[in-house]
Amino acid sequence: MAKTDFGPPDYRRMLPPIVVENYGKWRYHTIPRPGVLEHVSETGALLTSVRVASPRLVSTDFVRDICDIADKYCNGYVRFTTRHNLEFLVSDRDKVDPLLEELAAKRYLVGGVGHAISNVVHTQGWIHCKSAVTDASGVVKAVMDELHDYYTGRRTLPARLRIAVACCVNMCGACHCSDIAIVGIHRKLPEIDHEMASKTCEIRSTVASCPTGAIRPDPKLKSIAISDEKCMYCGNCAAVCPAINTMDPETDGVSIWVGGKVSNARTTPELSRLAIPYLPNNPPRWPEVTEAVTNLVQVWAARAKPGERMGEWIDRIGWERFFDVTGITFSDKHIDDFSHATTTFRTTMQFRL
Amino acid sequence: MDKWNTPLLDELEEGDWPSFVTEIKRAAEQSEAAADLLRQVELSYQDNTGHWKRGGVVGVRGYGGGVVGRYSALPEQFPGVREFHSIRVNQPAGFYYTTKTLRELCDVWDRYGSRLMNMHGSTGDIILLGTTTENLQPCFDALSEIGFDLGGSGAAIRTPSCCVGESRCEHSCIDTMDITYDLTMHLQSEIHRPSFPYKFKIKSSGCPNDCAAASARSDLAIIGLWRDTLEIDQDAVRDYVDAGLNIFDLVIRRCPTWALDWDAQSRQLRVNAEDCVHCMNCINQMPKALHVGKDRGAALLIGGKAPVVKGAMLGWVLIPFMKMEPPYTDLEALITKITDFWAENGRNRERVAEFIERIGLAAFLRGIDIAPCPQMVSEPRSNPYVFWTPEELEKHGQD
Repeated sequence: MAKTDFGPPDYRRMLPPIVVENYGKWRYHTIPRPGVLEHVSETGALLTSVRVASPRLVSTDFVRDICDIADKYCNGYVRFTTRHNLEFLVSDRDKVDPLLEELAAKRYLVGGVGHAISNVVHTQGWIHCKSAVTDASGVVKAVMDELHDYYTGRRTLPARLRIAVACCVNMCGACHCSDIAIVGIHRKLPEIDHEMASKTCEIRSTVASCPTGAIRPDPKLKSIAISDEKCMYCGNCAAVCPAINTMDPETDGVSIWVGGKVSNARTTPELSRLAIPYLPNNPPRWPEVTEAVTNLVQVWAARAKPGERMGEWIDRIGWERFFDVTGITFSDKHIDDFSHATTTFRTTMQFRL
Repeated sequence: MDKWNTPLLDELEEGDWPSFVTEIKRAAEQSEAAADLLRQVELSYQDNTGHWKRGGVVGVRGYGGGVVGRYSALPEQFPGVREFHSIRVNQPAGFYYTTKTLRELCDVWDRYGSRLMNMHGSTGDIILLGTTTENLQPCFDALSEIGFDLGGSGAAIRTPSCCVGESRCEHSCIDTMDITYDLTMHLQSEIHRPSFPYKFKIKSSGCPNDCAAASARSDLAIIGLWRDTLEIDQDAVRDYVDAGLNIFDLVIRRCPTWALDWDAQSRQLRVNAEDCVHCMNCINQMPKALHVGKDRGAALLIGGKAPVVKGAMLGWVLIPFMKMEPPYTDLEALITKITDFWAENGRNRERVAEFIERIGLAAFLRGIDIAPCPQMVSEPRSNPYVFWTPEELEKHGQD
């Protein structure tokens, strides 16, 4: 029997010596240029971190390439960030410029630090997910081909901007607290293969899986029936019963959400709110999505005060003006009708006309 | 056009952002699985839908999870991805690697899989993307040889992850990497053998900036903070001001509780520690001048999750402050209490936040033996429908 439950490699064996020596002793940091952090320790040590964009979905060749670079400049150590960037940690100051030159020559993008767009957290999409409404990697690529100047710092932003993509409303990767979230959506009732349902589906758990009580047993067919008045296309039933199909290439689409954040800085963490309920799912370049996201970034960048995140900006100017200045049409789709709906209805005279 | 004949995906090789299509093609040079992945995804780009079947439980000996079974819905057309299971490999805390380790990992994956991987999955694991049922066990055996174990999947504790913490951040109030490693080792069985109503994620961030997005994407968030006063280096503050920092606009006015004041005459920054809610803004603006306090620990937030089923939730404050020092036995005991109570009383596919919403936070607190405190709510209730127990009635308001 092979051994089990031995756990991940001990992180202490993965740390560069400068990190071991200064662990818990870091004093402050500066951002000398876009994509570069300099951390200074109370010991006087200086560590330069160079952040690089990754597609996240990578080949072993890609990993070996970055290992070669890390061997050359970082004594054989490299790390990744929570947003899937690479980080080259350089303890020898003389190696920083040559590293940056090599990265530039090899067309790696350095950036994602401070008031910038960092890498886009995203899900598997058509690459590996059974419930993907849209592709995730492709949307990221299309959007960031437009916006990479905000990653590299060639164009500046008032504050950091976090974009995330989820290929369905499961929102793996928790894009629900992003400045801009791009989410694949269904818009019609799932289809039921009654023949298959009668054989493979556990009726009771399928009925129980529905958060709005839209599913009831259909004893005649030994299957289930879904109410079109109650179903809001979450897809939870499809995860329980394989005879339920939520996919519909004709009507599925992409939605855009704004104003979320997880940081507690200044204002409290916030969920992202619906900005655009539907855009067509249009590979390979998703022009409607790319245009909508670019518009949001540009309008915010032009109008926000220094240091103001997307949600803080909207909070200051009000949602009525947000829809006005972004040119997005407000509709009944924006009005919540789920669990916490009434908490979002306006109860004050403090609004703008 | 190259030999792959994928005109739609080829368009995603244009442009400056690094291309996942290029990566798939690189892998496809030596992997039939990657080549058929490329072809199947091209078809998805043509007909706007995915082509993966649902279901399929696969795994390795001794584990109840860690492998996500995946089968092509079009195996005749794309035999290379007939079976395309992914393996969740538990990452080292903080995502640090030696290049030696990474190369060993690549060697294993070249031998047993598609040569494609996610660095990393959203939860934190290394995702080895695509292998056959037959190769799972030998791949796992080879991974264990080089020191890598599986991560969590299904209704289990999911692989804990964290921000960079004290290893490279001056803001970190706790040793996130050590806590993450400790909990991962402590919870091995719960990670590898799904036995809960649904998934349970644990993440740790060193300070309220929450770079690991713990409060949004983990059922239990461990977020560092301090309870004394933040540290001010007045000379360094003056340096920032002299260098052009607009201290009024970016620091004083942005303090959520008006805890800061800048005396322009004496050029002193004053903080009223009692009013500070450790939001981090002033420290973020002047990292050289302001530092987190000395009496450090963590707050625990419970219930962060994505929308399915009952809507997205941010974590709720469960413990406003606890010291975080090894061996972390208090933390471990609390996690066991939480997961035991939830496992006992939660419904199938009910995340802990939804469980709390159903039974009420007060009942949950009683269930895990935690005393209520005002930090847990943004305000007390406004409705008069308060529950009382017979024991409380007996007491006539006396404790």
